[in-house]
Amino acid sequence: MVDDAGTTADRTADDTAGNGTVPSGRVLLSIESVSKRFGDLVALSEVDLDVHEGEVVVVLGASGSGKSTLCRCVNRLETVDSGRIVFDGRDLPQEGAALAALRADVGMVFQSFNLFAHKTVLENVVLGPTRVRKVPRAEAVEEARALLDRVGVRDKESRYPAELSGGQQQRVAIARALAMHPKLMLFDEPTSALDPEMIREVLDVMVGLARDGMTMVAVTHEMGFARRAADRVVFMDHGRIVETGEPDAFFTAPRTERARDFLSTILRH
Amino acid sequence: MHEVVHHLGYLAAGLGTTLELSLLGFAGAFVLGTLLTVMRVCPIVPLRVVGTLYVEVFRNVPLLAFLVLFVFGLPDAGITCSLFTSEAVCLALYFATYVCEAVRAGINAVPVGQAEAARAIGMTFGQSLGTVILPQAFRTMVQPLANVFIGVVLSSSLGAAVGVSELIGRTQWLDLQYDEPVPTFLLAAAGYVLVTLAVALLAGRVQKRMAVRR
Repeated sequence: MVDDAGTTADRTADDTAGNGTVPSGRVLLSIESVSKRFGDLVALSEVDLDVHEGEVVVVLGASGSGKSTLCRCVNRLETVDSGRIVFDGRDLPQEGAALAALRADVGMVFQSFNLFAHKTVLENVVLGPTRVRKVPRAEAVEEARALLDRVGVRDKESRYPAELSGGQQQRVAIARALAMHPKLMLFDEPTSALDPEMIREVLDVMVGLARDGMTMVAVTHEMGFARRAADRVVFMDHGRIVETGEPDAFFTAPRTERARDFLSTILRH
Repeated sequence: MHEVVHHLGYLAAGLGTTLELSLLGFAGAFVLGTLLTVMRVCPIVPLRVVGTLYVEVFRNVPLLAFLVLFVFGLPDAGITCSLFTSEAVCLALYFATYVCEAVRAGINAVPVGQAEAARAIGMTFGQSLGTVILPQAFRTMVQPLANVFIGVVLSSSLGAAVGVSELIGRTQWLDLQYDEPVPTFLLAAAGYVLVTLAVALLAGRVQKRMAVRR
């Protein structure tokens, strides 16, 4: 499923400001020779990746290539077997309050939304700031409404997640993550569970975020998004990063055979 | 037969005691059982071991044996309390294991993504359990917990064996007085059925109202 939202035609010089340029901000996230196995399966093998402040990195790869695992290792929803991950100048905490504090600074958007099913849309967004950041409720509610406005679901604030479409749920999930004022946003296949007509509304929100300077790591096959918003594309295969490059160069002329095969399979349907 | 009818009030008072025992026992079992579950799912290994041991020990001893040990053993150890209190405590300690299993099943019924989302916004283990997991788990547990409550109500009749004057205790006494086992025990059975039916009905209602839509 390929979105045409980002064909070169509708891109302005403005959009591409960060594209392909050597990242200038400081390194916010540093993944250093990280490996991870699930039993016999090698999920990640000696992965190195630096993400700079304000940079948008899109991670691509076939199913089972380790891209989701990489994403989940960054906020330690998965532990790594070896290597280290440094976020904002500090090694990822192992557990406890320090780990919780790290996660509060790293927003995550899941493939299956994972909105709290027993809470209304507004409560989903308010919960983190009030419980974790101890923001006064009135203040948190005000900001939550502004965020819901920004992602276009303000009118659903008193609904429960099950009453919303997938696209709406995912936008609420983005608002929930943003409410924590994260330094980095992780997107783990945010549009893979959505019907085609809802993909666009979620991608638009993500593009907006990218333009506002949010540092993002997005696992997605949406080439339109990658072309419109990404500074860098990282292609993974069998737990390794086999190619990185700027989006246009990667999609038009991938250097590795594996990437060419992969692109031809996602372009064919 | 009519002698028995004269003692309806006496039996009703027994039913009252049965209800009190059941409510107190269940309340205690609910709190302790939830605590045991938290121990069994928490990341601290010694707490998990204690929780598991507790459940395995208490679930594998007949309640009657436990009740007798409690009522006759504790005074030997210098601890005395009323028969009523002893039984209520016994019911709580014993049925906590059943509550624990029900809560664990309820927690397992909550999709793992809910816990991941809670952790991802920076909630600690306690916060995610208290605000995200348990509230959803309890909603799927209304019927299982109602079953535990019915178990408590029926098992409270074992108190008769150690001299607690609840419904069965009083029924036995009437039977001894008038030698009318069939009508007396039929009446007692009707009392239990009344309570358990009411519980089942209430649980159905609560379940409908609390269901989490996914």
